[in-house]
Amino acid sequence: MDQEEIIKVSNLQVTFGERQVLEDVSFSIYRNQVTVILGGSGSGKTTILKHLIGLMAVQQGEVKVLDRNLASIEEEQQENLYHKIGVFFQNGALLNSMTVAENIALPIEQHTNLSGELLEKVIRLKLNLVNLAHAYDLYPSELSGGMLKRAALARAIALDPPLLFCDEPGAGLDPISLASLDNLILNLKNQLGISVVLVTHEVASIMRLADRIIFLDKGRVVFEGSLKEALSSEIDLINRFFHKGQID
Amino acid sequence: MDEPLKSYNQFNVEDNKLILPQKLEIDQVEQFYQQSKDFLQAYDKSKLHIDFKNIEAIDSAGITVVELIKHHFEKKNVAVIYENLSETAEKKLSIFSLASTQAEEKPDKEHILVRVGDKAWNFWHDVVKFVVLTADIFYWTLHDLFSTKSRRKGEFYNQAVTIGVKAVPIVTTLAFIIGLVLALQSAAQLRSFGANIYIVDLTVIAMMREMGPLITAILVAGRSGSAIAAEIATMKVTSELDALTTMALNPIRFVVVPKMYGAIFTLPFLTVLANLMGIIGGMVVAYFYLDISPDIFINRMSESLFIRDILTGFAKSLFFAGIIVLTGCYYGFHVDKGAEGVGKVTTSAVVVAITLVIIADSIFGLLFY
Repeated sequence: MDQEEIIKVSNLQVTFGERQVLEDVSFSIYRNQVTVILGGSGSGKTTILKHLIGLMAVQQGEVKVLDRNLASIEEEQQENLYHKIGVFFQNGALLNSMTVAENIALPIEQHTNLSGELLEKVIRLKLNLVNLAHAYDLYPSELSGGMLKRAALARAIALDPPLLFCDEPGAGLDPISLASLDNLILNLKNQLGISVVLVTHEVASIMRLADRIIFLDKGRVVFEGSLKEALSSEIDLINRFFHKGQID
Repeated sequence: MDEPLKSYNQFNVEDNKLILPQKLEIDQVEQFYQQSKDFLQAYDKSKLHIDFKNIEAIDSAGITVVELIKHHFEKKNVAVIYENLSETAEKKLSIFSLASTQAEEKPDKEHILVRVGDKAWNFWHDVVKFVVLTADIFYWTLHDLFSTKSRRKGEFYNQAVTIGVKAVPIVTTLAFIIGLVLALQSAAQLRSFGANIYIVDLTVIAMMREMGPLITAILVAGRSGSAIAAEIATMKVTSELDALTTMALNPIRFVVVPKMYGAIFTLPFLTVLANLMGIIGGMVVAYFYLDISPDIFINRMSESLFIRDILTGFAKSLFFAGIIVLTGCYYGFHVDKGAEGVGKVTTSAVVVAITLVIIADSIFGLLFY
C-alpha cells in the first residue's frame, strides 16, 4: 500500500486479570483518512482507543503512533506526542469550572507562547469553525448537547493536531446535530488534512465519514478494509450491522 | 517614515507587499505579529499585497494573523490582495474565518448604586426563596406526621442513622475534650480564689446552656449539612429531581422530609450526649486538679442546674436541626453549573448553616437569660 502509515498496531494483547480483552490485534491507520473502529459491547474498541492515546500501557505487542512506539515511549516523548494528537471524548470532557474559551485556551497557553489579542483571536477562529462564536464566555453547563460536542471538538483541535481521535462523538445527539458534527469532522479531514480515528456505532456517521473500517469482535480484528469492501463483505457480523443495523 | 520598516525584510513597502515567511505556525506567530505592528501603524498606501510565495507551513494561528492584518487594513480602506496562494493555504483560509468573531462590546460598568441595588434585590430575592422553601418543607413535614400514605418506607430510620447515630463518636469525643479544656482553663483561677466548687457550676451551666447544643449543631452542620446540600444538588444536576416530579412524587416530600425527621429526632439526643460527655470532662479535671470527688460534683450539679437550662438546650437543638436541614436543602435546590456548582453550594451550605446556628444561639441567649 502506498499510503503513509501513521498508526501501526502489531500483535497487541491485553488481559484484565484472567480475562483476555484483546487477542493478537494488528491493524494500520493511514494519513488523511477517517478510520472507523467498530464493534459490539465488550469487543475491545475502548481498550484499543485508550492504547492509541496512551492512557493504557502496552502489555504485549507494539503500538506505533506517528512513528513513536508507545510500548517504550519516554515521558517527554509522550508529552510531545500529545501536542500532535487531539482527543474528543464521548461526553466532551470540558472542564466545568472554565468557560468554553478558557477550555480551548488551556492547551494553547500551556504549550505555546501565544497570549493576549492573538490568543483570543485564535480561540475565536476555532469557535467560528465549529459555529460557536457566541459561546465564547459561556460555561459548559450552559451549552446544549450538540454545542458541548462542538466545543469539545474545538478544544481537541486547539493545537492543530495532524491526528484526531474521536470516542463516540455522536452519542446522545439528534440526527441534525449529528450530521452537522460529521460535516465538521469531514471538513477537518478534507480542508486541513487531519487524519481521524473514530469509534462509533452510528451507521449514518460511518456512511458519511468512513474511508476505512476496522471491525472488532471479542477482542479480535475480524475485518479491515474500505467502506465499500465492508458494505459488500460476506462476513455475517458486518452484514448484519450495515444492512440490519444489528450489532452484538 | 520608510526607514525603520526596511529593517524587516518581509515588509516591502515600495512594492506594496507583505511577504510572509516560510513558516507561520503557532510557535512563530507571536513574534511575527509583534514585528508587523509597526508596519501596520505606518503603512499609508491604498493597496497591499500579502504574498504567500514563501509559505511552506501555515496553521490556524498563522491564518489568524493574516486575517487580523487583512481586517486592520480593510478598516483603513486599504485593499488587501492575497498572492501566490498554495492549495493548502487556500483551503485553510476557506475553513478558518475571523468574520463575526470580533469581541462583543462590553457594556459600560454600572454605577455603584445600581450594583448595590442589584445586590440588595438579589439578597431579598434569596430571602423570599428561603422563606418559601421553609414554608414548603414545614407543610410537608407536618403533613407527613398525619398521613402515612406515600411515605418512604425505612427512610426515616436511614436518615436517623446517617445524621445522628454515625455522628455519635465525633460529637462525644469533641464534647468531652471541650468540657475538659473549659474546666482546665478555669481551674487555676478558681483555685486562686478558693472557689474550687464553682468549677461544677461553670462546667455544667456552660455545657448545658451553650456549648453542648452549639458544638453538636456545628458538627452536624459540617457533617450532615454538607452531605444534604451535595446530595440534593447532585440530584438536581443529574435531573433526578425532575424525574421525581414527572413521576408525580414531590421532591420535598420524597427527599427532604425524611432528612428533617432524622435531624429533628436525633439532634436532641446527640446534644444530651454532648452535654454529658462535656460534664464528664469537667468532672475529670475537678477530680485531678481540684480534689472534688465525683459524688460532690454530682451533688453540686443538682443544685446549680435548673430544669429551664435543660429545656432550653433541648429547644435549641430542635431549632438548630431545622436550620441545618433547611440551609442544606436551600443550597442543594439552587445549584447551577454542574459539578463545580455542587462543590460551591456544599461549601456555602456549611458556612451559612454554622453562621445561622450561632446567630440563632445568640437570639436564644437574649430571650432566655
